[in-house]
Amino acid sequence: MSLLEIKNLTVEFQTASGPFRAVDGVSLKVDEGEVLAIVGESGSGKSVSMLAAMGLLPWTAKVTADVLTFNGRDMQSMSDSDRRKIIGKDIAMIFQEPIASLNPCFTVGFQIEEVLRIHTDLSRKARRDRAIELFQSVGIPNPEERLGHFPHQMSGGQCQRVMIATALACNPKLLIADEPTTALDVTIQKQILDLLMKLQAEHGMGLIIITHDMGVVAETADRVIVQYKGRQIESADVLSLFESPKSVYTKALLSALPENAVGGRLPTITEKLTDTEIFAGAVR
Amino acid sequence: MLRFIVGRLAVLIPTFLGVSLIAFSFIRLLPGDPVMLMSGERVMSPERHTELMQQLGLDRPMYIQYFDYLTGLLTGDFGSSIVTKRPVLDDFLQLFPATLELSLCAIIVAIALGIPAGVLAAVKRGTWLDQSLMGVALVGYSMPIFWWGLLLIIFFSGYLGWTPVSGRISLMYFFPQVTGFMLIDSLISGQAGAFKSAVSYLILPTVVLATIPLAVIARQTRSAMLEVLGEDYVRTARAKGLSPFRVIGVHALRNAMIPVITTIGLQVGVLLAGAILTETIFSWPGIGKWMVDSVFKRDYAVVQGGLMLIAAVIMIVNLVVDLLYGWINPRIRH
Repeated sequence: MSLLEIKNLTVEFQTASGPFRAVDGVSLKVDEGEVLAIVGESGSGKSVSMLAAMGLLPWTAKVTADVLTFNGRDMQSMSDSDRRKIIGKDIAMIFQEPIASLNPCFTVGFQIEEVLRIHTDLSRKARRDRAIELFQSVGIPNPEERLGHFPHQMSGGQCQRVMIATALACNPKLLIADEPTTALDVTIQKQILDLLMKLQAEHGMGLIIITHDMGVVAETADRVIVQYKGRQIESADVLSLFESPKSVYTKALLSALPENAVGGRLPTITEKLTDTEIFAGAVR
Repeated sequence: MLRFIVGRLAVLIPTFLGVSLIAFSFIRLLPGDPVMLMSGERVMSPERHTELMQQLGLDRPMYIQYFDYLTGLLTGDFGSSIVTKRPVLDDFLQLFPATLELSLCAIIVAIALGIPAGVLAAVKRGTWLDQSLMGVALVGYSMPIFWWGLLLIIFFSGYLGWTPVSGRISLMYFFPQVTGFMLIDSLISGQAGAFKSAVSYLILPTVVLATIPLAVIARQTRSAMLEVLGEDYVRTARAKGLSPFRVIGVHALRNAMIPVITTIGLQVGVLLAGAILTETIFSWPGIGKWMVDSVFKRDYAVVQGGLMLIAAVIMIVNLVVDLLYGWINPRIRH
């Protein structure tokens, strides 16, 4: 039994000019201890499909799927309160902009202890001890003092560490990292990725990394899903994807890496391929 | 924090000087003078007029009068009424509790109804509930206060007979003034029915005075909440598995309160201005009615002193708002 299983997920948003399909027929599976990367350009529906799985989309979104289960439990037929018992506890998520993702009006200590208060029976003292322990595990120095700090008193990298610590507070079975390094400096990106991989290995949890950075994919993932304009174009293990990509889009995506630039001009995908060619060449 | 308060207090000095200059000069721009208005229909000889002006010190050059007024202010002397000869501060302190009681009740009603209405409208954005709430708020905001007051009097006092028309309490009750707040004093007096009477007299003026601040607070809360609900940290709060009540009531509302508190602070000035009309409509014996009467009588000292004291109240409220900012928004505090 897979940890998270999604079959034929579709997300439509009601807009003033009619329904807009942001995700169209996406299917995926993640097992415990597995790292899955979802890659694609901006607007390919990577984040929306994961937000849909967690039930975090606004009411204007219409989510349908043939199968949407977590640990064997059907997430679609589940009540909102039952879903809230799972998200934040068994499925946790971290986001792209760590500073904006933390509430500026509350200390980071309050924000990490809040998850423990909602999902565990720990006492006040035990929650604080656990928060200190989590801060230590994600490499935040002086954790006791840092718990009393507000997000604006910390750097972007530190805030992402706080987000990771918060996500790991209840030992989740699955962590979804939505472009966790995009807003960070290159050196900090490396540190955060290393930290995520170390914690994933230690906890044995499933990890879904949403990214548009092929370097991140190569370094972290076991399997990869490539998306384009809401549709799944290719799904493969990481080695086969990099060595012998099957779909024309994935080939174009890999050849568009900056190191393949010729004569100072960066290669692009859209000047080579039309949408019809991309969708016709999809290998699922 | 102490440095912050001292800094804010230092800013109050030039503000206070500016207000004193405006209060002093604007009332003198009005045609006529207190002596002429005191004489009324009777004809006064120019000699007698000059003599009375001399007695009141109004014949001296304007800058000397202003300087005298300022030095008086430094010793806490706001001057005495030209008409009643009573010190302005004494009259103010006697009448202010009535205005304060009315304004406090109005702002409490405006906050207690305006914030939940704004939150509800934002959460149910685009639905009939949002449109109805904001429609009512727009009507409330656009309503001329005197007309609204008269409508309520005609309907509730005249037609239904539920509430009294004017005053603070029924003439059947008499008790000494302890706090100046009729609701509290009537309770302290222990007289049966006194509190109920005070409440019945307070309802209509409170509704009238609360209408505009209520509409403004509701609209501001809605727009602040709409902005905050789209923020990343609200999504994080939901991703933690928090209940919608906690996401909205704790994470979103705390951030949305920052602009709403500014609005509430600004509404205090609107309330005191609105109190002038409301007190006139309901014959509420507060500083609003006192100021209006003084303008008609060209009672310079009362108008100047009253304005200064009202300005002081508004400045204190603004200081409290600034301190509240720091409490609610740690980015200012640190």
